[in-house]
Amino acid sequence: MDLKNQLMARKSAILKKWFDAVAETYPDNTSSFLKKQKAQFTNPVGYTLSEGLEGLFDALLKGMIPDTVKVFLDSIIRIRAIQDFTPSESLSFIFLLKKIARQELGNEEVLQQPGMNDELTAFDSSIDELALYSFDIYMNCREKIYELKANEARNMTFRLLQQAKLIVDNQD
Amino acid sequence: MAKLPKPEELAKVDYTPPKTSWMDTPVVIKEGMFCHGAKTKSLQTLGFPNARDWRPMDADWKLPENWKEILLNGIADRLKKYRSFQLFMDICVRCGACADKCHFFIGTGDPKNMPVLRAELIRSVYRKEFTLAGKIFGKMAGARELTLDVLKEWWYYFFQCTECRRCSVFCPYGIDQAEITIIGRELLNELGLNIDWIAGPASACYMKGNHLGLEPHTIVGNLEYMLDDIETITGKRIKPTFNRKGAEILFVTPSGDLFADPGTYTAMGYLMLFEELGLDYTWSTYASEGGNFGFFTTNELAKRLNSKIYNEAKRLGVKWILGGECGHMWRVLSQYMDTWNGPADFLEVPKSPITGTVFDHAKSMKMIHVAEFTADLIKNNKLKLDPKRNDHLTVTWHDSCNTARGMGLLEEPRYVLKSVVNNFHEMPEDTIREKTFCCGSGSGLNASEDMDLRMKGGFPRANAVKFVHEHHGVNMLANVCAIDRASLKPLMDYWVPGVGVCGLHELVANALVMTGEKERTTDLRGEPLPSAQAKEEKA
Repeated sequence: MDLKNQLMARKSAILKKWFDAVAETYPDNTSSFLKKQKAQFTNPVGYTLSEGLEGLFDALLKGMIPDTVKVFLDSIIRIRAIQDFTPSESLSFIFLLKKIARQELGNEEVLQQPGMNDELTAFDSSIDELALYSFDIYMNCREKIYELKANEARNMTFRLLQQAKLIVDNQD
Repeated sequence: MAKLPKPEELAKVDYTPPKTSWMDTPVVIKEGMFCHGAKTKSLQTLGFPNARDWRPMDADWKLPENWKEILLNGIADRLKKYRSFQLFMDICVRCGACADKCHFFIGTGDPKNMPVLRAELIRSVYRKEFTLAGKIFGKMAGARELTLDVLKEWWYYFFQCTECRRCSVFCPYGIDQAEITIIGRELLNELGLNIDWIAGPASACYMKGNHLGLEPHTIVGNLEYMLDDIETITGKRIKPTFNRKGAEILFVTPSGDLFADPGTYTAMGYLMLFEELGLDYTWSTYASEGGNFGFFTTNELAKRLNSKIYNEAKRLGVKWILGGECGHMWRVLSQYMDTWNGPADFLEVPKSPITGTVFDHAKSMKMIHVAEFTADLIKNNKLKLDPKRNDHLTVTWHDSCNTARGMGLLEEPRYVLKSVVNNFHEMPEDTIREKTFCCGSGSGLNASEDMDLRMKGGFPRANAVKFVHEHHGVNMLANVCAIDRASLKPLMDYWVPGVGVCGLHELVANALVMTGEKERTTDLRGEPLPSAQAKEEKA
């Protein structure tokens, strides 16, 4: 069985470990809440993580279509980019999969099958590719926050400038 | 030379945060999560104590020497004064029902934003100083000393609560976390530790009559701009009156409606509706603020700022008061105005001059919400409406915390909305009506500098909007709250681009067929109407 099939066969165990590992990047009380129930509307962070990680896992095994993986990455990163994490902590969730996949594949026998080394390297590279997309998404999110701040300041002064005749329409 | 770590040592990254109990996790104040400290000038204007310029990121907050004594006396005073406060300090059994109901906890993932823990911030000090068990057993009894770190923690987290009261819906004892936050903020205020996004507008309101500090000529000027736009759209020139003695109705709305989009479209909606009805009403440039940021400082200031509404009604000799679209304004007016500054015996029970409906529920307060007023008009077939003019919009309804959860204004705005739009979809059940999720910016937290906090707090709301956006094509989020109109816009920009924000009466005015109006080609925002667009394409 090739690596992708090996991983697919262990999908639910890997996803559970991956989700738990991401949840554990939050403080104790929070991670237990995130893990407890994944209702879409009352636990949106837990739900989004769960859906997003599964989407990414499937994409890694079935072939990465950039537009599709970016949607899953965006849903998770948009949350973590504003939470109490440094940039590296925000994106750490992607790399956790490397370790978890190896742990799940477990015994030496699987890992030493012919060609497995190359496949693992390719799998790791795909994860690295996700990380590169993630940098872009993370920056977009942070830039958006600063843009919103700037827009608010601009909107607040717009009417004042208009009244002071410092802004005029072309027709005026 | 220092020994360089090996690559494999560097790669040992520990992603797990330290597992310390909340009491042993000191507060770390972070940029993006707080608003600037209240300025000397703002506090002095209001006559508040310990006015000084200070910065939350500085180690030295320039506190008065006896700050601890001031706070403990403040707690003792309030325990005597408010039975609810004493009760809320004693009865919580920490069952955790509230823990995951707070939008700030859900969004930030910070356990100190669990309502139960936010309350414990004060409760722990209460136990230490005011209970025998706490004095004897200390930490074992959940008690702790009031230290500078504890004070900073109070400040950080009581300004990470929007007083939305969602948690209290789920508390089996009915503990109202908003009241604990309100008292927490009052105590901080005694040390001059307010935020300027609250103290600034409150002082402007005290001096000028409204949060934005708009002077009479500016209010009139701003409305003139709207009247020009209305004339362009409808061909009708409206001439509202200001400070007119003898008018039947005094109209009071949040000043945000007069200043920035999309609130201004809502104000245009009021102007058009009242014109069409031929309503005998007046605006006031003195009682020019329905909102009350004093409510986010102290009970005393809230009362002081509120007093101008009845005073102005008396001065002008109106019969009753009509309130515009606002959230916390409505809670303050309905739950406090009458006891603070009433009874308003000089006013009459509100009666719609158009339908004859008497609003008995406002028998004592003498003021009704414009959503109630308009729902009654529609129910009695008094408006000619063409909902097709809103066909370019697919709308969902955001229940604002104070009007919906606080005051039960659930059906009236929905009834109005469904009468003026053809495309309406509710958000999922757990996120609307009494269980509505806050915008994340209420109770004076809608500044720009705390944008990260606002985006986190608003995430559960935005997440539900995203669902109806993706499944039903919702592109407009309607509500009856000025803070919502201002704050949901950036929230949508971040989480659900493609969804706009509007007030209820903007949609009413779009649909309202006015007597003698010209054929409309655009909505109030100047966007082409679907019918006009179709005609253009045909031609």
